[in-house]
Amino acid sequence: MIHVESLHKKFGKNEVLAGLELDIDQGGIFAILGPNGSGKTTLIKTILGMVIPNKGTISVMDLKIKNKWRYRQDINYLPQIANFPGNLKVKELIAMIKDIRQKPSDEKKLISLFGLEPFLDKKLSNLSGGTKQKVNIVLTFMFDSPLIILDEPTNGLDPLSMIRLKELISEEKAQGKTFLITSHIMQFVEEVSDEIVYLLEGEIYFKGSIAELKTKTGQTNFEHAIAAISTHNKND
Amino acid sequence: MPSRQYQLTTRMIKILKYSFYDLMRSRWSYVYFLFYLLLGFVLLFLNNELSKAVITLMNVIIVLVPLIGTIFGVMYYYNSKEFTELLLAQPIKRSSIFLGQYFGVAGSLTMSLVLGLGIPFALYGLFESNAIWDFSLLLITGAFLTLIFTAVAFNIALSNENRIKGFGYAVLAWLFLAVIYDGLFLMSLIVFEEYPLDSFSLVATMFNPIDLSRTLILLKLDISALLGYTGAIFKQFFGTNFGLVMSICMLLLWTIIPVWRLSYVAKRKDF
Repeated sequence: MIHVESLHKKFGKNEVLAGLELDIDQGGIFAILGPNGSGKTTLIKTILGMVIPNKGTISVMDLKIKNKWRYRQDINYLPQIANFPGNLKVKELIAMIKDIRQKPSDEKKLISLFGLEPFLDKKLSNLSGGTKQKVNIVLTFMFDSPLIILDEPTNGLDPLSMIRLKELISEEKAQGKTFLITSHIMQFVEEVSDEIVYLLEGEIYFKGSIAELKTKTGQTNFEHAIAAISTHNKND
Repeated sequence: MPSRQYQLTTRMIKILKYSFYDLMRSRWSYVYFLFYLLLGFVLLFLNNELSKAVITLMNVIIVLVPLIGTIFGVMYYYNSKEFTELLLAQPIKRSSIFLGQYFGVAGSLTMSLVLGLGIPFALYGLFESNAIWDFSLLLITGAFLTLIFTAVAFNIALSNENRIKGFGYAVLAWLFLAVIYDGLFLMSLIVFEEYPLDSFSLVATMFNPIDLSRTLILLKLDISALLGYTGAIFKQFFGTNFGLVMSICMLLLWTIIPVWRLSYVAKRKDF
């Protein structure tokens, strides 16, 4: 599904990705974890083509993505900060993205799932953070794409919407889709993900299942295992 | 399956359309349009003569159009940052996003100018008058100045993450071309008084879109006698078809180079 080879990215003097290698197979949920500033968002943005790497290649579905844009037709992306053009109404924004993607979509189901009907005629600048995130989720999930990238999907969501989101993710996963998810909520990660990709200082420090991680660190609790893997490295 | 080129163009047109409507909905577009409408009516009633109104109008347009293009360009770029980031994750080519936004802004500004001035002049009976060519040239240079300064503003904003800096540089660029350039030009004419300066003045005029527009209109209005000896030289050059073609080419270059850089820089930038 995704193949990343010796990826380097510097912002000024700050080296964010240092020769990162990654293979993501089709199907399943991959959680990208790591401390703040470890390059999670940068990795996601290079896969999307929003950040241009200094070195290295990325292939999405066996296609090198450098200078390409058409492959994004097969990716649904949920950005970390839900900032939208403020003077658009919710339904105008949805119509606009549909118009741009030119793909079949089922936004109606999602709008009712998250109870967004009363907000359709409201301007985006007047919505609360949580409601914006729901709109963000609708925009991400309304198209049928094989690869779905979620950057902090739980931001600002109430418990009910959180449950809906998890259901939605498992439904899509059952259809054989691939997910890349970043999150700081370990409970959420433990519940949904099949595999952990742990980033540290711009490289993959660990890749494997949660069970493997627990054995490796000798911890029984997932959150402690993640904490252990970070401190483990510091002591090296 | 529609061809590749076709898909690219339609996606750019879509972005253009959304940016255009977005601006058309904003209060400032109306203010800008109403300002020209009012200016057109007032000038026609005060001057009672079409060609004099055109001269006054020229003086306003030559300074105001670049300023508004600069400010709107910078403001729109920074304000639509979120929109841009949303679009960058969609299957659209980067240059289509930025060119679409640019033409949306420049297009709506040009429309405000052409309609705002066109309506009062048309009502006044422009189409039966000889001034129609002068007036058309005025609108054409106005459109060029909008395209040029919006493109320059987009370039400055794209290269500056810091809004305050970007805004400052853009206003400085306007100030330089609208005011300081002329000052330097005049000073050099005085300092090098003893040398033949004909070709120097011609070239210096060509390199500033504001000066170039002003010269073009003044010569079209046939009041170059007011410009003295240099005027005669200018008339010899700009008055001919060759001069006119050269000037239009320079204005085109002034438009194409920033637009090209816009798409070049946008392709390589991280978001």
